[in-house]
Amino acid sequence: MKMKKTLSLLLASALSLSLLAGCGGAPQTPPAQSNPPVNNSGSSQGDASTPETPAGPIKVAALSSGYETTYPGMWKEVCDAFTAETGIEVELILEKNLEDVIGPSMQGGDFPDAILCATGREKGLTEQFIKDKLIADITDVLSMTVPGESATVSSKLVPGFVGTNVTNPYDDGKTYLAPMFYSPCGLFYNAGLFQEKGWTVPTTWDQMWELGDKAKAEGIDLFTYPTTGYFDTFFPTLLYSVGGPDFFNKAMNYAEGVWDTDEAKQCFDVMSKLASYTAKVTPAQANDSDFTQNQQLILDNKALFMPNGTWIVGEMADAPRKDGFAWGMCALPGGGSGTSASYCWLEQIWIPSGAANIDAGKQFVAFMYSDKAAEIFAKGGAAQPITGITDGMEGDNKIFYSIYDNGASAVMGGFAAYASVAGLGSVREVFFDPFNNLVNGSLTADQWVESIKAASDQMRANLLTE
Amino acid sequence: MRSKGRSRFIALCVAPATILFFLFMVMPTINVFRMSLFERGAYSPTETFVGMNNFKVLLKDTKFITSMQNTILLIVTVTIITFFFAIVFAAILTREKIKGQNFFRIVFYIPNILSIVVIAGIFSAIYKPDTTGMLNNIFTFFAGRNIEILWKTQPMVIVSIIIAMVWQAIGYYMVMYMASMSAVPASLYESAGLDGAGRLTQFFQLTLPLIWTNIRTTLTFFIISTINMAFLFVKSMVAPGMADVGLSFMYAQKDAGLYGYSMAAGVIIFLFSFLLSALVNKVTQREVLEM
Repeated sequence: MKMKKTLSLLLASALSLSLLAGCGGAPQTPPAQSNPPVNNSGSSQGDASTPETPAGPIKVAALSSGYETTYPGMWKEVCDAFTAETGIEVELILEKNLEDVIGPSMQGGDFPDAILCATGREKGLTEQFIKDKLIADITDVLSMTVPGESATVSSKLVPGFVGTNVTNPYDDGKTYLAPMFYSPCGLFYNAGLFQEKGWTVPTTWDQMWELGDKAKAEGIDLFTYPTTGYFDTFFPTLLYSVGGPDFFNKAMNYAEGVWDTDEAKQCFDVMSKLASYTAKVTPAQANDSDFTQNQQLILDNKALFMPNGTWIVGEMADAPRKDGFAWGMCALPGGGSGTSASYCWLEQIWIPSGAANIDAGKQFVAFMYSDKAAEIFAKGGAAQPITGITDGMEGDNKIFYSIYDNGASAVMGGFAAYASVAGLGSVREVFFDPFNNLVNGSLTADQWVESIKAASDQMRANLLTE
Repeated sequence: MRSKGRSRFIALCVAPATILFFLFMVMPTINVFRMSLFERGAYSPTETFVGMNNFKVLLKDTKFITSMQNTILLIVTVTIITFFFAIVFAAILTREKIKGQNFFRIVFYIPNILSIVVIAGIFSAIYKPDTTGMLNNIFTFFAGRNIEILWKTQPMVIVSIIIAMVWQAIGYYMVMYMASMSAVPASLYESAGLDGAGRLTQFFQLTLPLIWTNIRTTLTFFIISTINMAFLFVKSMVAPGMADVGLSFMYAQKDAGLYGYSMAAGVIIFLFSFLLSALVNKVTQREVLEM
């Protein structure tokens, strides 16, 4: 009897111990390595200016996007090339839902040494880091030499890509986010259909509405959009194409009275008219599980135009399409004091200020602009803002990336970051999400403009500047 | 002596669960209450004390009010519809002789084991807005003309969420009621039948009162789970801002970098579900019938 009791006591305590041991282990970070990878620095050039090789691997977190789908293993190959060049081992975290994977451990204080995650995503991870000023200043990366090459980073970068609020969010001349993959965004359409019908791509909004009426007569809607998130490239471009660069900059900084100007009124007119020309099914499918159905409307000749980026070709590569379908892309028509314009969408790579190996992270960022890395990224269809990168392009991409050579202004930068205030929505919630309701008629354009004006005042009051 | 050892043994057995519960349920809950008084970003190491300010703003935030309205609407309608069908189906499947009883039981139960992503995929096909969508197709067939209901947008968006949630929940609760209904002795029904009670009378006078305790318990479960499930359905099925519920509002605030504010919303939702469960418990209190 006693024996039995002792036994059950033992078992119970074993159980409780094992349970506790199980939960205690998780948050500990690995680098308690007893034998760090000894001196593989032999492969580095012994350059005195190169910072020391960190013990253990650096952590790189990258969003697994359409480029990775096009060329699986792209990021792994780049990381291996980086290790071969510098001797720094890389532990790669590559996920489609990157925020959910690295978010919790970052809340626990464990930060990756470089993160490729653009602004404008629904989870707003990068925006949160910008707002809380938790990103390391990487201005010096621009003057670093690219590992394995003799050129500096800034000498390889296409001018104009660094300096907007996409890379310098606080407008203080310091760079916090390095520009990575860029993609011209514009209106995508079926070039084959235009040829077949003898239609020409409109160069003014009046021609656009005319075309809309003509198409309507044949049962084709003028406009659709994948989700309201795609307006984050469309709407700023519209502002630019109608009001020109000065107006654009004012609007991006929520300048006082900017939404009462004639230019702004024109833009809101275009938006509300566009809502009435939008395929009625669009808002019903403008969610994360059905947005490809909206893109399919273009392939099925049910809608003429949608705002999108060059990745669309790869994204819809396997989708069925009408005979004679060919992707076409055009800039937004110019009007007023503006010019026709195409948004240049930029993904960013950045280093959290809490990262353990900031210096190695900077080297990794610098390596992103090496010919070697660019070559590997190009296999996935990704292009970085490196001088001469468009020369090697072929097919659809060659046409898309030449949009700026054909007279369209490149629009860069987005709505300026502002400190979060309780009760004040995000830019997407205030400006873009209501477009669904404009289309389905549950909101009027006036109500929409009023709420933008009210929110805009608050955003201006909370702008982030040093 | 003997009882001392015994209680020590019991304490040891209960300890793991208690410790884990404290660590992973009680502590975080207390933390939610604490953080709702602060303002901070999710990744920021600094926080500022703002007192009740988060709650003051929250109660004036029209988005939050709309989301709570949607939550309440979903709780009420989904609960009523699900419980009605679950009880009726359970009664039919236990009391009536129907061919393929087990088949129906399994078919009704399957939605419950599907992951929410799969359900969202299934309902993408069901709710497709043109005539190729399953529901629109069926309506078109019966109406004899093209019917194109735009399910996932205003004003149908809440209806489409309700349908999906009911579809998902019915099976689980049906199986629960079937279990308790089959525990009701057949002799009771026999004697009721001899006394001249029809099937309907039997259902209302016998079945329902005898499984009432079960219904009460499941009702509490259901209300709490609906608050969670509504979030998952809304998040995976419809466009953001289209039909936000309490929890999706909370997550949106977190993503906007307002951790304290989203915790304040969490506190209100927590208290709301707590009070609602207590209220439901009170309202449904009946004298327990012994079989």
